[in-house]
Amino acid sequence: MIRAGIDVGGTNTDAVLLQGSTVLTAAKQPTTADVTRGVIDSLRLVLQQSAIAPAAIDAVMIGTTHFVNAVVQRRDLAPVAALRVNLPAAARIPPFSDWPPDLRAIVRGPVFMVRGGHEVDGRPIMPIDTAAIRDAARSIRAAGIESVGVTAVFSPLTSQAEDTAAAILREECPGIAITLSHDLGRIGLLARENVTLLNASLIKLARGTIAAFEQALQAMGIQAPLYITQNDGTVVRAASAAAFPVHCFASGPTNSLRGAAFLSGLTEAVVIDIGGTTSDFGALVHGFPRPANNVVEIGGVRTLFRMPDLLSIGLGGGTLVDPADPESIGPRSVGFRLTEQARVFGGETLTCTDIGVAAGLIRLGDPQRVAGLPADFVRRALARIHTMIEENADRMKTSTAPLPLIAVGGGGFLMPEQIAGFSGVVRVPHQEVANAVGAAIAQVSGEVDRVFTGLGRPAAIAEATRVARERAVGNGADPATLEVVEIEDLPLAYLPGDSLRVRVRVVGDVRHTV
Amino acid sequence: MHHPFTLTETDLEDIATGAWILGTGGGGDPYFSMLETKLLYERGARVSVIDPLSLNDDDLVCCVGKMGAPLVTQEKLGDGEAIAETIRRMEAYLGRSFTGVMIWEIGGANGFQAILASAILGLPVVDCDAMGRAFPQADMTTFAICDLPAYPWTMVDIRRNSIIFTEAEDWSWMERMTRRACTVFGSVAATCKAPRTGREVKTCTVLHTLSKALRLGRIVREARRTHQDPVQAILDAEGGVALFRGKVSDVQRRTSEGWLRGTLQIDGLDAHAGHGFQLEFQNEYAIGRQDGVVRVTVPDLICVLDSVSGEAIGTETVRYGQRVTVVGLPAPAILRTPKGLQHVGPRAFGYDLEFRSLFPGEDEGKTPPPLEGGGWGEGCVQPPAVGARTPPANPLPQGEGENLRPIAAAIPNRTTTP
Repeated sequence: MIRAGIDVGGTNTDAVLLQGSTVLTAAKQPTTADVTRGVIDSLRLVLQQSAIAPAAIDAVMIGTTHFVNAVVQRRDLAPVAALRVNLPAAARIPPFSDWPPDLRAIVRGPVFMVRGGHEVDGRPIMPIDTAAIRDAARSIRAAGIESVGVTAVFSPLTSQAEDTAAAILREECPGIAITLSHDLGRIGLLARENVTLLNASLIKLARGTIAAFEQALQAMGIQAPLYITQNDGTVVRAASAAAFPVHCFASGPTNSLRGAAFLSGLTEAVVIDIGGTTSDFGALVHGFPRPANNVVEIGGVRTLFRMPDLLSIGLGGGTLVDPADPESIGPRSVGFRLTEQARVFGGETLTCTDIGVAAGLIRLGDPQRVAGLPADFVRRALARIHTMIEENADRMKTSTAPLPLIAVGGGGFLMPEQIAGFSGVVRVPHQEVANAVGAAIAQVSGEVDRVFTGLGRPAAIAEATRVARERAVGNGADPATLEVVEIEDLPLAYLPGDSLRVRVRVVGDVRHTV
Repeated sequence: MHHPFTLTETDLEDIATGAWILGTGGGGDPYFSMLETKLLYERGARVSVIDPLSLNDDDLVCCVGKMGAPLVTQEKLGDGEAIAETIRRMEAYLGRSFTGVMIWEIGGANGFQAILASAILGLPVVDCDAMGRAFPQADMTTFAICDLPAYPWTMVDIRRNSIIFTEAEDWSWMERMTRRACTVFGSVAATCKAPRTGREVKTCTVLHTLSKALRLGRIVREARRTHQDPVQAILDAEGGVALFRGKVSDVQRRTSEGWLRGTLQIDGLDAHAGHGFQLEFQNEYAIGRQDGVVRVTVPDLICVLDSVSGEAIGTETVRYGQRVTVVGLPAPAILRTPKGLQHVGPRAFGYDLEFRSLFPGEDEGKTPPPLEGGGWGEGCVQPPAVGARTPPANPLPQGEGENLRPIAAAIPNRTTTP
């Protein structure tokens, strides 16, 4: 099975071809303003380098930060309608309440709150007000809004209210894009609604982007199915990804983590990906990124959904070093202008790359241009860089036991050989394209996060596992390869009976469909 | 005594930070209530705070809180209007109107319920509460310690289903009855607890705890702004003790009888490397042991703070790998009296342990440092010698005789938020 993995980052687009577990070829190119063109160029390059025919490719996996960048940069976002099925609960804090004003001004369309939703024990709060939902749907159509986010109270326990609302919306607003909060989130209405509305505002962009990918692949003669990488280190088919662009938000760092696990053969480790602008720290647990169980802010919006636990600092090859103070490093960076502005490339800006060249850690550009830096200045700057890495890597650890630290990314030369609290620094082949490797090897997952009442712990976990396996197969996993990678249970205070919140995640290899 | 002052929007955020620290791991995250209050502020509402010591003995003060599961609040968010409604119904029942609204439990989300009611009804918030922290039960309050009657209570749900509990044998019975009703209501309900006279407020509450939450929040904000260590700033300002610094290495939780119980294991870092600290919790952190030896127990405040940000970490959300500092803050003096310890000491939580204060000989009644925008003057009183106190025989009108007016007439006109 030959798989192509492509990771579109803010600075570079990386691509690899993998046969089984062997990296056949890799390429790194600057990301283009037209994301699709960058993908095609890098894919064409790896095909040329390996002399493999487009038709021989069995699967294409693309990871892209395009959608999260759209939120952060406030561009290509569509206005959306918010429908909350909640009354008389949750009435005092309407949708979009805790959004940054600039983002709210772009995304907030008509907002509706109607009677309905459920209690924590599954009883309806009130009979659902279908007439009000129909009225809302008609107003949404009249306003010309093309995407709507629906959130009902306790929908992660029962999706009934959201499903009813969706059916009415489909009748009244043919062709409207509908995001239902129970498909995305955990318990926590406001943060779940926030991510639902972000998703709704991105669907148009996601559909366009993914359709462009598919057309481009076809034009190249690649018949293989297209998969898009997700926040949890797995992939989904393109059509399903277009419905949930928020699940791609962290795919860049996630792919690096998965690539690092694959290339090193390690399943428990801390991973650092040193890029041009930032260093991203993550942790591998059973070979997958450790999930963040708390609220994650995206573009200033509090969200709660499937995201990896990440730490990002302003340290990379392009990060600025103050010529007057070697210990003042970052967070600003020259970014993709490294090859014009860094001193070794003829520019005037002192960067971490210049420090690396001066210290003899890497050969790049013209070393003569940094030969005049005092040795003591270089030593102190490097010591500061090492301290920044050491402190943040340590924050990702989950116990005092020494773990290996895997270093990947183009700025890997900034890594010290040894750092305190870790058993060793592991460097891997193809580390500069670890993210593309992570995309190429990605598996398919199924997840359940639900509250079970009166079932007992073993039975609740068994039921959650059954549903998670079913979902994984539905997402395209080969049933023979399914493996449970995560089981978490939390007893819930105050609730009647023996209430337990159970989360189970199952992964399996992509089913060979050709 | 301090002058009345009006809370700013920044104060609301600072109170949320401070109340979450005083929650000692429980009480629920105040975020939603803070947000709800801010939305009221956007529409012109303002909250004023008065000193309990400025009350007349025969003033009547209501005391509000929210009951229920933090998880349910995550979905239903807040409902300040329901809190306001419990007050209206209590006034109708008593046939009297209130001078102010006091806080039931400063720790966690409950610290904000009086503020919300104030923003809606225009009643001033009385700067005190009945716990000085967070506790899981109604019989763990200064009112119970002072043997004040536990009734009447009003209780309202999101649908405006309502109950008035007109009598209860004691605080434990009130806790049992209201808890059952709360479950029926969908595991969250607004309550107006037994109202208190001005005299009772002055002698049977923990004074100035809203100011304390505000002060804590300001300290953390200022420390973060100036890149100081927020944990150290909290310790310095509140006379606290840093008990242990380390990383969470294990968390076990279970529910029984509606409580979230469990243990938290912390492996030492820095000066505590090689040592271990174990916390047991019952909604809130209750007991702390270092290397098997008891270091701290309720009612001293046991706070688990993020070692870097100073942010409090709750028992529902604490997780493996977090870097934390366990901090002890002094319990209010009233909780440390023999009668207080019967209600909130280690034995009240089922531990066969004597309470050994982390702060022997300290007097919580001393005047706190002045607060900008709402400073204290001289003359903060000492808490009463509680054991010796005789509760008033019948502190409240029970809806009999002259006090019973027609309900409609009894609801006072008051400025509400536009």
